[in-house]
Amino acid sequence: MKNLLRYIIARTFLTIPMVFILLSIVFVVIRVMPGDPVSAMLGGHAPEKVIEQKKEELGLNKPLIVQYGSYLWQICRLDLGNSMIFKQRVIDTIGDKLPATIELTFFGMLITLLVGVPLGAYAADKRRSTQDYSIRLYGIVIYCIPVYWLGLMLQMIFGIWLDIFPIAGRTGARVFVAGFDKTGLYILDTILAGDFAALWDVLIHLVLPSVTLGLTLSGIFIRLTRANMLDVLKSDYILAAEARGIRHHRVVYKHAIMNAFVPILTMMGLQVALLMAGAVLTETTFSWPGMGRLLLERIYLRDYPTIQGVIVIFALIVAAVSLVVDIIYALVDPRVRY
Amino acid sequence: MKYSPTEALARLIGRIARMGQKYGVEWWILVAGAVIILGVILMAVFAGAIAPYNPSDQNTGPQLAPPSADHLMGTDNLQRDVFSRIIFGARTILGVAILAAIISSITGITIGLISGYNGGAFDRLLSLIMDSVYSFPGLILAIAFAAMLEPGIISITFAVAVIYIPTYFRLVRGQTLTIKEELYVEAAKAIGAPGITILWKYIFPNVIATTAVVFTMNVGDAIMIEAALTYLGLGLPPSVIDWGMDLAMGKKFLPSGQWWLITFPGAMISLLAVGFTMLGEGLSEILNPRLLER
Repeated sequence: MKNLLRYIIARTFLTIPMVFILLSIVFVVIRVMPGDPVSAMLGGHAPEKVIEQKKEELGLNKPLIVQYGSYLWQICRLDLGNSMIFKQRVIDTIGDKLPATIELTFFGMLITLLVGVPLGAYAADKRRSTQDYSIRLYGIVIYCIPVYWLGLMLQMIFGIWLDIFPIAGRTGARVFVAGFDKTGLYILDTILAGDFAALWDVLIHLVLPSVTLGLTLSGIFIRLTRANMLDVLKSDYILAAEARGIRHHRVVYKHAIMNAFVPILTMMGLQVALLMAGAVLTETTFSWPGMGRLLLERIYLRDYPTIQGVIVIFALIVAAVSLVVDIIYALVDPRVRY
Repeated sequence: MKYSPTEALARLIGRIARMGQKYGVEWWILVAGAVIILGVILMAVFAGAIAPYNPSDQNTGPQLAPPSADHLMGTDNLQRDVFSRIIFGARTILGVAILAAIISSITGITIGLISGYNGGAFDRLLSLIMDSVYSFPGLILAIAFAAMLEPGIISITFAVAVIYIPTYFRLVRGQTLTIKEELYVEAAKAIGAPGITILWKYIFPNVIATTAVVFTMNVGDAIMIEAALTYLGLGLPPSVIDWGMDLAMGKKFLPSGQWWLITFPGAMISLLAVGFTMLGEGLSEILNPRLLER
């Protein structure tokens, strides 16, 4: 037990240099890369004095080390600066958009698990059969299909030709719920407000984007589940269960899956990075008002503080998830200790 | 002995079939992937001869016409032939992806070898940096780079290459750490071989097999990242012909039903990515057969 505690503390401390490195990389990429943000912002031909004045205003005149220091200090206070273009604090803007991305990635991951794990288990159960190979082929192909192209295809088929699902946004044009700002997670907000028509609308809008995101990652989980299940299905306790007369279906889909689930859980954590990348692409395709689309919008507008702020938040999420995954793994596998 | 072309082809096919008997289904997966990749490469190389129209030509036919005998994949809103744009687009995507993978592998392998062999604080620091970058979503890092640099082939290649360096680094460093404890390395050191010689003659050859597999997967991934970047409008100027950019442009016409603008570019990206993945999978199975999998 003491060993475990020591590991958790050591691992948590290890997060600090990791976050530090990520933040430094973000700083280097945004501030040090060639290209002058101020003249880009003011248009190519602004007079020298105006450019200098703007730089002074934004603190871009100070030596790089000083800028680096104040950047790190600001982040410690969770102050991500103000947008260069709009009169809003970056933290507030991100706070508005983050729930949308959380909803999208949550349901995306849900679909990934619902599709990937059963298919992987089935493929393991019927290994070396036609079904096994077709499922693995599906896994490879669905991963190689660009997520935005899958989104566009689904939009085309289900949104336009069949006209079943909407293809953009989180809600319809005329839907408004009084408590929309309570959590920002529309599913919760509509339930709390008791507005079930709005809830239906929100759910309908969630379908295509989360299916797109979820299916793309399902390929990875199919392969992972299949590999783990193949190992589990060879164990003695599975043989014992079969010998005791438990129906094969139950043995595979209840007992075996439960045992194979732990590595899948940790894999979920590692896939958060892919989920975030996929979310960026999915949000731009479905006009989903989340962090991903915010990032792209502000890149087009050259709003560097916001761009930097979004990437910093992504980096912090990655570091946090990585920490949590490692701790869960240590909790479960007693061999992992420092 | 000289064979006629048909005879040489028949012998080649025979060779491939015999290897298929030896290695089983994994070999055929590799072959399938290789065939796809070869097909696209040939298409890119002979683009000038195959394409019916000039891909940038803005007056080849009716605007937004569906596929027909004249325009196999239809035309876009600037009256350009989609089929020709697909053929020439292969050059951009393959060029960027392969170049980025080469840069990435050379850099990552070199740093990995040196860092793993020398060890010490420098190695630990570098590992920490590489692990941090590795855990970060590659696409978002690439977006950050591509957004900050001027659009161009060099910028996008750089953006794509940077995110894969940690992969090679981790792989090579891990193997270097193991191999440098071997007896023959100790023997080489004892007779005074300089570090560079040891790295080049003993460690590097052992590392090549796994890096080859990673390289093919890398190119596949690089294709996806390149297409994603151009789809988002970053990395390349609009004058370059690219599948991702065609997708972005065709997206606008989806509600009015012009499906051919997005179907073909996306299908090509998927096909090429599948080709590299199958090549990588097949190669990995053959070089490191999973003996435990029955």
